[in-house]
Amino acid sequence: MTTVIASAGLAVNERIEIRRNRITGKSAETPSGKRVCIVTGTHGDELEGQYVCAELARILSENLQQLNGIVDIYPAINPLGIDSITRGIPLFDLDMNRIFPGTAEGTMAECLAADIISDISGADICIDIHSSNIYLKEIPQIRINEISADELVPYAKMLNCDFIWIHSAATVLESTLAYSLNVTGTKTLVVEMGVGMRITKEYCRQLTAGIFNLLKNLGMWTGDVEKVREPIVSGEGTVEFVNSDADGIFVPCVEHWVDIEKGEHIGDVINPITGETVERVTAPCRGKIFTLREFPIVYGGSLIARILGGEGNE
Amino acid sequence: MNKQVVYSIQSPYRQPMDVIGFKFGKGEKALCVVGAMRGNEVQQMYVCSQLVSRLKELERDGCICEGKEIMIIPCVNYYSMNIGKRFWTMDNTDINRMFPGYELGETTQRIADGLFKELQGYTYGVQLASFYQQGDFLPHVKLMKTGFTSNELMKDFGLPYAFVRTPRPYDTTTLNYNWQVWGTNAFSLYTNATDNPDENSAKTAVDAIIRFMVKRGILKTRVGSGYLTEVISEDRLYQIQSASAGICRSFVKTGDEVKCGDLLCELTDPLEGCVIAKIFSPVNGIVFFRFNRPLEYEKSVLYKIIRL
Repeated sequence: MTTVIASAGLAVNERIEIRRNRITGKSAETPSGKRVCIVTGTHGDELEGQYVCAELARILSENLQQLNGIVDIYPAINPLGIDSITRGIPLFDLDMNRIFPGTAEGTMAECLAADIISDISGADICIDIHSSNIYLKEIPQIRINEISADELVPYAKMLNCDFIWIHSAATVLESTLAYSLNVTGTKTLVVEMGVGMRITKEYCRQLTAGIFNLLKNLGMWTGDVEKVREPIVSGEGTVEFVNSDADGIFVPCVEHWVDIEKGEHIGDVINPITGETVERVTAPCRGKIFTLREFPIVYGGSLIARILGGEGNE
Repeated sequence: MNKQVVYSIQSPYRQPMDVIGFKFGKGEKALCVVGAMRGNEVQQMYVCSQLVSRLKELERDGCICEGKEIMIIPCVNYYSMNIGKRFWTMDNTDINRMFPGYELGETTQRIADGLFKELQGYTYGVQLASFYQQGDFLPHVKLMKTGFTSNELMKDFGLPYAFVRTPRPYDTTTLNYNWQVWGTNAFSLYTNATDNPDENSAKTAVDAIIRFMVKRGILKTRVGSGYLTEVISEDRLYQIQSASAGICRSFVKTGDEVKCGDLLCELTDPLEGCVIAKIFSPVNGIVFFRFNRPLEYEKSVLYKIIRL
């Protein structure tokens, strides 16, 4: 059943509506009383989660007798952003994932954020799906703040992702949806996969299979599930960043999620006017490329790749 | 005056973006002013340009105290300003959410890093800021409460109001916050404009900064004494949200004194023209902030009133 869980009037004859599709199981077993939330669309240019939500809704609705509990799907918590290909909330300066937990006394966006938190709070697990941005392509991965790692890693391993990145805490991240929910007792996992403004079917199906595996492990799904892959779990020190030092167009010469040796050629930054190669980009360490630049134009500082390996692999 | 490039970045398709700083006087790093970090902060750049103009005259007349150096950076992000964009041209990130920066990081982290290296070591720092909520403000000075800078210093600007803000997580990557953490007494100065230069409030801001420099022993010149500044915390601001969406017709402006029950604005249905809501002041006070877009959403913050 689709319900509007947060809303506000827009200027001309329209309301912003944040919708939740609640799918309630009809299993014959003793009710699990459990609830899992799938949230996506915080950033309007990240669309991979749209297909995951659609697939989940389709499969669950066709197999309600195999679901024991509630799955709440929130496909677009920034509906105006998605509708207008805008990363943030149109006419609002702050990133939506920097205003949680929100407040009823704040701006419209902060009021909506507070309503979203209120609606999700108390769920057994929440999965917040992101898809990088238009510049970078990410292998399916779970990102976990180190302060929640012990509690969340076991659940992250169920999600059929390739990689779990446990990153260090930062004050600025305390205003994300995931942080706000985790500190108030609702376990929330952040998924990053694919690239902005696109749907990568293969990744979406991979994560969807992982979500069913999670439901199975929580005793909420009696249907068959695929065997999930064993992710690599990695801390901050084992991730190496590769940034461009020159400006131009970046042309890669490696594939995504491949093994790479230290010093191996990742790609070139080329001057589009002269054709001259202005930077030969090489791997600073041995490892696997889990982030690779998708958008070709680069400035000095543009992120080219992230390599899982880093110091730990030297 | 010494005009110099304090940071430069290359683009594949444009001339280099050279961030220009103007230095006056010689000696210890006394005060630095940073203007537009966002592409629409025309007023913030304008205030700095007027300050540069005034300081040229003051330096010529020997008014800069011995052993004091002042730096003014009118515009950091003119790449965005030249194409009518508020945030960074390519990835839409906000330089003022990237401090202290990272020299090996993303482009705007590198800009923040390069700039911040130049900004460190000043005793006082002033950022001409704009706010994420669009509207008119009474000119004021604001201090992020970090424990590093004294509230009392704000009185030396001689503006009517000085605010102390308790930082939120997203404030911790701003220039103001990091400036303080790295040992500079840092303030944000707000005028009542952003996208369009406003002569009067620009003059107010320039006078306030000159006054501050005189009181802190950086300049020797005659300047009006300004206001007896009232330092107030943000919880004295009464925030009024809109109960409906529509076209807002305001009957008060910033600086007006209002009494509890006074009509502040009417909200009109944008299609039918009828008045759908009237907003009355729930408190006695001074209008400090007024929403200034013609169309407003439900729950927009329409006014902030300093309670008397």
